[in-house]
Amino acid sequence: MSATRTLESTEPVEPAGTAAAQDSQPSPLKRYAARHRDATSTGAALLIFIAMLIYGQVTYGSIVQYSTISNLLINNTHLVILAVGLTFVILTGGIDLSVGAVIAFTSVAGVMLAQAGWNPYLVVVIMVLIGSSIGLVSACLIEFFGMQPFIATLSMMFLARGLASTLTTAPERLDPESPIKKISHQWKIVDGEKVNDLIVTPAVLIAATVVVVGLFLIHRTRFGRTVYAVGGSEPSADLMGLPVRSTKLWVYVISGTLAAIGGIVYTSRLGSAQNITGIGWELDAIAAVVIGGTLLTGGSGSIIGSVIGAFVLGLMNVLITRDGGVRPEMTTIITGGILFVFVLLQRAIKGRRG
Amino acid sequence: MTPAPIVEMHGISITFPGVKALDAVDFRLLPGEVHALMGENGAGKSTLIKALTGVYPIDAGAIIIDGEQRRLHGTADAQAAGISVVYQEVNLCPNLTIGENVMLGHEIRGRPFGINWKATHRGAQAALAKLGLEHLDTRLPLSSISLAMQQLVAISRAMVTDSKVLILDEPTSSLDAPEVERLFGVIRRLRDQGVAILFVAHFLDQVYEVSDRITVLRNGQFVGEYPTAELDRTELIAKMIGKELALLRSIDAERMHIRADHHEQPMLAATGLGRTGAIAPTDLEVYRGEVVGFAGLLGSGRTELARLLYGADKADAGTIEFEGHKVSLNSPAAGLSHRIAYSSENRRDEGVIADLTVRENLVLAVQARRGWMRPLPKREQNQIVEQYIAKLGIRPADPEIPVKNLSGGNQQKVLLGRWLATQPEMLILDEPTRGIDVGAKAEIQSAVVELSDAGVAVVYISSEIDEVVRLSDRVAILKDRRKIEEIDVGPDTTTATVVRIIAGESAT
Amino acid sequence: MTIDERVDNPSGARQGETPTARSTQGWFSRILGSDHLWAIAAIAGLLCINLIKDPGYLSVTYSSNTGAFVGNLVDIARAMAPLLMIATGMCLVIATRGIDLSVGSMMAVAGAIAMEYLSNANAPASIGAASVAILLAVVLCAGLGAINGVLISVVGLQPFITTLVMMLAGRGLAKVITEGQNTTAVNEQYRWVANGYVLGVPVVFLTSVAIAVLIALIIRRSALGMMIESIGINAEASRLAGLNRRALLITVYTVGAFLAGIAGIFSTGTVMTVDVSQTGYQFELDAILAVVIGGTSLAGGKFSLAGAAIGALLIATLDKTVVFLGVPASATPAFKAAVIIVLYIAQSRRFRSWVARATRPGGQDVGEVVAS
Repeated sequence: MSATRTLESTEPVEPAGTAAAQDSQPSPLKRYAARHRDATSTGAALLIFIAMLIYGQVTYGSIVQYSTISNLLINNTHLVILAVGLTFVILTGGIDLSVGAVIAFTSVAGVMLAQAGWNPYLVVVIMVLIGSSIGLVSACLIEFFGMQPFIATLSMMFLARGLASTLTTAPERLDPESPIKKISHQWKIVDGEKVNDLIVTPAVLIAATVVVVGLFLIHRTRFGRTVYAVGGSEPSADLMGLPVRSTKLWVYVISGTLAAIGGIVYTSRLGSAQNITGIGWELDAIAAVVIGGTLLTGGSGSIIGSVIGAFVLGLMNVLITRDGGVRPEMTTIITGGILFVFVLLQRAIKGRRG
Repeated sequence: MTPAPIVEMHGISITFPGVKALDAVDFRLLPGEVHALMGENGAGKSTLIKALTGVYPIDAGAIIIDGEQRRLHGTADAQAAGISVVYQEVNLCPNLTIGENVMLGHEIRGRPFGINWKATHRGAQAALAKLGLEHLDTRLPLSSISLAMQQLVAISRAMVTDSKVLILDEPTSSLDAPEVERLFGVIRRLRDQGVAILFVAHFLDQVYEVSDRITVLRNGQFVGEYPTAELDRTELIAKMIGKELALLRSIDAERMHIRADHHEQPMLAATGLGRTGAIAPTDLEVYRGEVVGFAGLLGSGRTELARLLYGADKADAGTIEFEGHKVSLNSPAAGLSHRIAYSSENRRDEGVIADLTVRENLVLAVQARRGWMRPLPKREQNQIVEQYIAKLGIRPADPEIPVKNLSGGNQQKVLLGRWLATQPEMLILDEPTRGIDVGAKAEIQSAVVELSDAGVAVVYISSEIDEVVRLSDRVAILKDRRKIEEIDVGPDTTTATVVRIIAGESAT
Repeated sequence: MTIDERVDNPSGARQGETPTARSTQGWFSRILGSDHLWAIAAIAGLLCINLIKDPGYLSVTYSSNTGAFVGNLVDIARAMAPLLMIATGMCLVIATRGIDLSVGSMMAVAGAIAMEYLSNANAPASIGAASVAILLAVVLCAGLGAINGVLISVVGLQPFITTLVMMLAGRGLAKVITEGQNTTAVNEQYRWVANGYVLGVPVVFLTSVAIAVLIALIIRRSALGMMIESIGINAEASRLAGLNRRALLITVYTVGAFLAGIAGIFSTGTVMTVDVSQTGYQFELDAILAVVIGGTSLAGGKFSLAGAAIGALLIATLDKTVVFLGVPASATPAFKAAVIIVLYIAQSRRFRSWVARATRPGGQDVGEVVAS
């Protein structure tokens, strides 16, 4: 497959044959564009986000203010964390459908353990470990038994969702005094007029840390570069002697781990957990990643883009709520529509590449 | 004075289920030499290379690298032992930058934290400079440079690891002459730096131009090792193909003398046919029973023109008249319905359908023309299948096995059979003999001769100009995406005539 | 496309698929390698579990009151009907190297339009109203499927994302049609399609099997099957061989959506209510599983409609078994996951080569060569 892509992309180069044509330097602007081709779709997502902010501010007012922005941050921490995890997987050309169910299972299990009187710090560690192990199982199914990522993570989605349901089908409440709740403790950074305060929670900091660590992994480690290489051309990466197998294992572990962290953050904010928590969130996260400019075929995209994508979705919900006139049943159509527009946009940017 | 070998392989055997791919093969490689590995397809060249790079585990024998016996468990092991490979189809990541591709897995880490990109790109620059490629911008995506340059980048990558052994598996098959020259320059430069180079190619001229010694394999067995200077071409071919030499000679001598009558109406007449960025507007006439060769380097527009004649790509200028009627060829299906057939140069991606059986591959185009509603009756299918398996000598002669299990040459024959089964009036063959063994080559060429005798118009494209000249009645010469000349092939027309025309134009 | 296939391949025999390779394998692994053995064994195994819990599980009795056969097997047959429909469509879509995530939502759309029409029709109880409702449902779904097909084949979007959008939009469309309500209607003819009996056998079972067989016949007796496989294996080579990839793709997605529409009619007919958020919910996943269990690879190419039907039967049996065993229905997914994982591992080359090694000591390890 890679060879096809290579051939296609080299096709439109100047009349081949003359080495001189290759040596000629393109204009600086062209070179800049060529170097940062991947950033264009992320830039488009950012532009749309800003456009939505301005539209919201002009139409409904009080969007660009401390309280709304704080809520946007706080309410989407879990989505940001999920999207970062999925970015790793999708960059390798894989997919992880299990993240929503992982949230359900880890949070139900965690809350029940906490209720049973376990040490809350231990509980948090256990929750994270559950997520990592589910990721590891997906990875093993994919790598050692040749299961397609879609099917492997789909079965882990079913497994985690089913396990959560066997634990309980009723909402499990977290003790309000539990230290896990502290993750969503609200710190007032700026005390604005009335309720217009800039508020930050530890959860937001956790999400920010996840993003920073993710950025570091992807851009400044060999592991991260291998992730891109695998997505670009797996056979090539293998022949280059890169650790393809372990890299593909790790991305699913990362995704599972981050799903669990997302689950912790969400549980702490909500104060309860249920087996139906997180249904369809894998699709939200995939949508965020795609809106952020990452190609589902792998090899191209960025974590920053996925973060922006998550906020585009979050802001869309805010605007729909604010509008009030949009019937709730239209929400999914609008989400679908936005996703569609972004996919078309990417298609236009990337040109006709299968 | 012979230096100690850097690689020694003794009694290497590899068995795949049902096939002995390598049978007690010996091989040695000296530092500072260019060593050609020769043999037909299926001789075991690729398997030997994969054994040396740890892709396949060996069943018997020993691999000694730098005096030390090694067990290799993958490309990474081989790299650690100082062995790098550049494959025929560039194995780099088109989505990453040139510099990243050169340095992947060897990025320079350190201050401030993680990978130091500045230093890494400097490293890449240095590696490229070793091959005289310092002008490349390492921050551009790999996909922005030509395939030939990508190949050189792949070699630079191999040199980053300070490889002592560089294996080049058919590096020249998609390069044109100046690009090959450039590659050879790089190879010589590396050889002089003491790197041992193992070189596989199908083109004899290239082997003689660049190699110091030759090892010949046949049917998974070691035939011999010879200094290049002491082995003449005929001998080499004889060693590679054994008894089939006579067949090769007979094809060489074969020249058809049936001339198409140019006074009659052309079967196909293209006027100002062109496509922006692919081929400048071109006039071309093809007559019944005539072989028209397209000669030109890769990227000269020869494939692009052929694709327009079939409808594989849409022309944005000009017209095509087929048997006196103006036709619009806007899809392959349209071409097929006018009994034009086009066999692509890219057998793997645009030719055979790997997982379908030989039978299905043979009837596919016929079926496509009939439409899905009218399936080809079993009886007619069998007739087509039996006819072309016998006529083209497809081996194994079992129509029910997936075509991917056939050798390259036999896949090519299946592809040819598919088009012949549509009973074309005009057949376009783009590189039908690339990468296949001499025996299959001869069979395909005689099929072309037979076809034109039967009144079919054939357009024949090959990067081996002597092949084009030998088979064609008329040769259209293309350069820089336009047709520059058309010559009738006479008794005194040779490869040199064509080459002079291509070269001559560039002087003006 | 593995590396093995790119570089010259002495005979391709290491794929382990030539007759010679097969004959060197042990008899045991050859049985293990047969196509649907494991899925059928799994169905048998589930039925055995039920038999242990209740020895009368498999008995089917004729009830003269309703004029119908009753029993657990009849229940399974009914439950299988909608799944069989969408699994058949999904199998064709997957064979083209695509996927259709929107079929579950299509079911809701079909149910919504049918229920909405029936509840507002002039003569809601007539057979004419039932026919119109059914017609509206399948035509609307087929139209949405055609849109999927056009976006994928003409615009060139990825099937995954295109049908994901359609999945979101379809569910929204269903809600818009019913204005968010779970519309209910009364129409005996429509209900008969899902709940009626002919000769004591559920109509829904007969209809679904008849449609599936009809489609299988059309596909396999015409050249469509080969063409679909061909574009699934290598789209560009197929185009150059003269196949019309666009038309084929549009056809396949339209047929898949059409079948989803029928599945939607089956699902809503039983209760005569459309639950806009639950009808067909995650059915696409069950259908994909059925297809994969049936031996069709998500990578496209060779497909097996019979396999997809067996997969649908397995999933229906599993659903019923879980309920029968008294496990909460919401835990069913875990059992599905377990079955899939076990099946997949049993079918994997690695497992087969382990077994081969165990039954034939000193034999050559096919799996290792392939894996390398």
